[in-house]
Amino acid sequence: MTDAAELRRRTRELLTAHPPATTDRLDFLRARFDAGLAWVHYPEGLGGLGAPRSLQAVVDAELAAEGAPDNDPRRIGIGLGMAAPTILQYGTDEQKRRLLRPLWTGEEVWCQLFSEPGAGSDLAALGTRAVRDDGGDWIVNGQKVWTSSAHLARWAILIARTDPDVPKHRGITYFVCDMTDPGVEVRPLRQITGEAEFNEVFLTDVRIPDSRRLGDVGDGWRVAQTTLNNERVAIGGTPIPREGGMIGKIAATWRERPELRTHDLHQRLLGLWVEAEVARLTGVRLRQQLVAGQPGPEGAGMKLNFARLNQEISGLEVELLGEEGLLYDDWTMRRPELVDFTGRDAGYRYLRSKGNSIEGGTSEVLLNIVAERVLGLPAEPRTDKDVAWKDLAR
Amino acid sequence: MSAQPEPALLYSEEEEALRAAVRDLLTDHCDPADVVTRTESAAPHDVPLWKSLAGSMGLAGLLIPEELGGQGATHREAAVVLEELGRAVAPVPYLTSSVVATEALLACGVEDLLGELAAATTVAVLAVGLHVAPGGAVASVRLDSGLLHGELTGIADASVADVLLVPADDGGLYAVGAADATVTPQVSLDSTRPPARVTLDGVSGRRLGDAEPAVRRALRAGAGLLASEQLGLADWLLTETVRYLKERKQFNRPVGGFQALKHRLARLWLEIAGLRAAARNAADALATGADTDVAVAVAQAYAARVAVHAAEEALQLHGGIGMTWEHPVHLYLKRAKADSIAYGAAGTHRAALAELVDLRAP
Repeated sequence: MTDAAELRRRTRELLTAHPPATTDRLDFLRARFDAGLAWVHYPEGLGGLGAPRSLQAVVDAELAAEGAPDNDPRRIGIGLGMAAPTILQYGTDEQKRRLLRPLWTGEEVWCQLFSEPGAGSDLAALGTRAVRDDGGDWIVNGQKVWTSSAHLARWAILIARTDPDVPKHRGITYFVCDMTDPGVEVRPLRQITGEAEFNEVFLTDVRIPDSRRLGDVGDGWRVAQTTLNNERVAIGGTPIPREGGMIGKIAATWRERPELRTHDLHQRLLGLWVEAEVARLTGVRLRQQLVAGQPGPEGAGMKLNFARLNQEISGLEVELLGEEGLLYDDWTMRRPELVDFTGRDAGYRYLRSKGNSIEGGTSEVLLNIVAERVLGLPAEPRTDKDVAWKDLAR
Repeated sequence: MSAQPEPALLYSEEEEALRAAVRDLLTDHCDPADVVTRTESAAPHDVPLWKSLAGSMGLAGLLIPEELGGQGATHREAAVVLEELGRAVAPVPYLTSSVVATEALLACGVEDLLGELAAATTVAVLAVGLHVAPGGAVASVRLDSGLLHGELTGIADASVADVLLVPADDGGLYAVGAADATVTPQVSLDSTRPPARVTLDGVSGRRLGDAEPAVRRALRAGAGLLASEQLGLADWLLTETVRYLKERKQFNRPVGGFQALKHRLARLWLEIAGLRAAARNAADALATGADTDVAVAVAQAYAARVAVHAAEEALQLHGGIGMTWEHPVHLYLKRAKADSIAYGAAGTHRAALAELVDLRAP
């Protein structure tokens, strides 16, 4: 087993061989990957050393202390958080070798082609078709939506229907799609904030070789669970300091602008401050459970807290600002590379946070998950389980 | 705002073992039906249960140092006991005697009384209204020629106390034998922690020390650990309601399968997950002394709404049976509602936070 001392030794070796001050950023990142220090819990040869995941912090701290460049993880979150664990679990050796290194270094950006106009919460109802041609390649036709980074991406993780004659969960297959292929058209999707973080992606006769399939034909739903479970961890699981996030913004405004204060706003602010602090403590407790090897079900609820509090706090902040709350910083259609829920002005934060209870699983679906998986309550009677996809109402 | 030291929010193995022992005892000796019956009698407290918990198990001395005969444990362990007592809505003077009065005696360094409390031969209560928040205004009695005169109301568990710790108008805290006072039970919303009127008619007391710091410390510990009792109440209410809704069938389905109800229970579960974190945080802060005022105020600004919400949801989702005297849910509703006032209402703790975290009123 690789321990902390061994990781420190290897990290120092990397730093000696490739001094950050004189090494090209990309060269350094590639060398770090090849040294197994990218994600230490990954296998050797794929950027890791098979070490415990918790020891990544040891490497990160050593590298940060020496001013080493990082792979800008926020820019490539979909690749790191969703595509990579799925490729690791279901990919062939050839796929892992080809895809993981440039994914981790950020040379190749990834996006996710899952949601469709007709398949949101009921993702398994998706209708994008993949049909095998005589040569064994897959020909894909359909429309995907809410795709962040599609305009920057080299690769996509894609789920498509390969068998319409069986119930919906069973006829799906998971692919890696080359976004530079002919037939892939990316259009910006403007949202209520005025900007376009997301895209619509139209797939017209896109040819995907069978070697870019992840998992078995018809097993795509199970493969996608790996992706989606990692997405929820990515969205709700990060620990924050007291007054981190949205509550810190309004607290600062409250302290700096005494002329805006009213008794009503004060009571509501204090109530939300308490809720934000309790949500933070819930996250701290969840993380301590993970570290102790006893993952708790609280994770399923963290995103519900996060969404509701972001919405309520930013809404109160717009109100607190009074006359200024009537204004908006800029409606110009832009294409931001990074999304900061706590960025820009209060009006933007208010509007953007509306998406927090929709993206990555709606709050309604998450409540069902808590009720059924944590509390063990019965599922609603299903009318779609044993019906062939082609016979479903739509 | 500066980074906070990270509190320890999990339960240790020893704490889980303590919980299991307390739960076993309560399962055998604190049946909800008996608690209902007992509330209708002249002696609502369960004295035999108290003797087992406080005496045989030694839980009365958790916060008392070993050299005085106690267990030398911390608020973290006392919090686990309170979770279990809350889960059983047990009518015993644990919070009032083994936490609040004990803290006041620790503040004054009263070794002989602490020894008696640890040995469970004496029950003491602080003669301050249960509704008073840490730092709140405290009623006192008159000291006249060395004797105490006056009347104090809302003194929880006074009817089973042997010793009353009484604030007097000279700024002192006095120990008075309950036998020397007139203790009149008040008819109360929550009969499992009944308040009483205490009348002192020229009684001599023993001056223990200054009342203000002792009372403040006692009420802060009471408020902080009350959150764990509220967690226990809420946890039982959710568990019992989920169990019932899986069994109860209407429209040819378990009622718990209807999405409108599932979402309510899922939200409640999430609130309780928050309360567990906040209550553990308060208990840990009381034990370590780090960030204690904020931790206690956050817990008490949050806990009451959750416990009361859990009780109100439990009653509604049980339907007609939840409205009956026979079903124990009303015991929990009444305790949860009384707890929402005990040691300061949520708004009082929010007001304290406004000062503590610099979010000042207009």
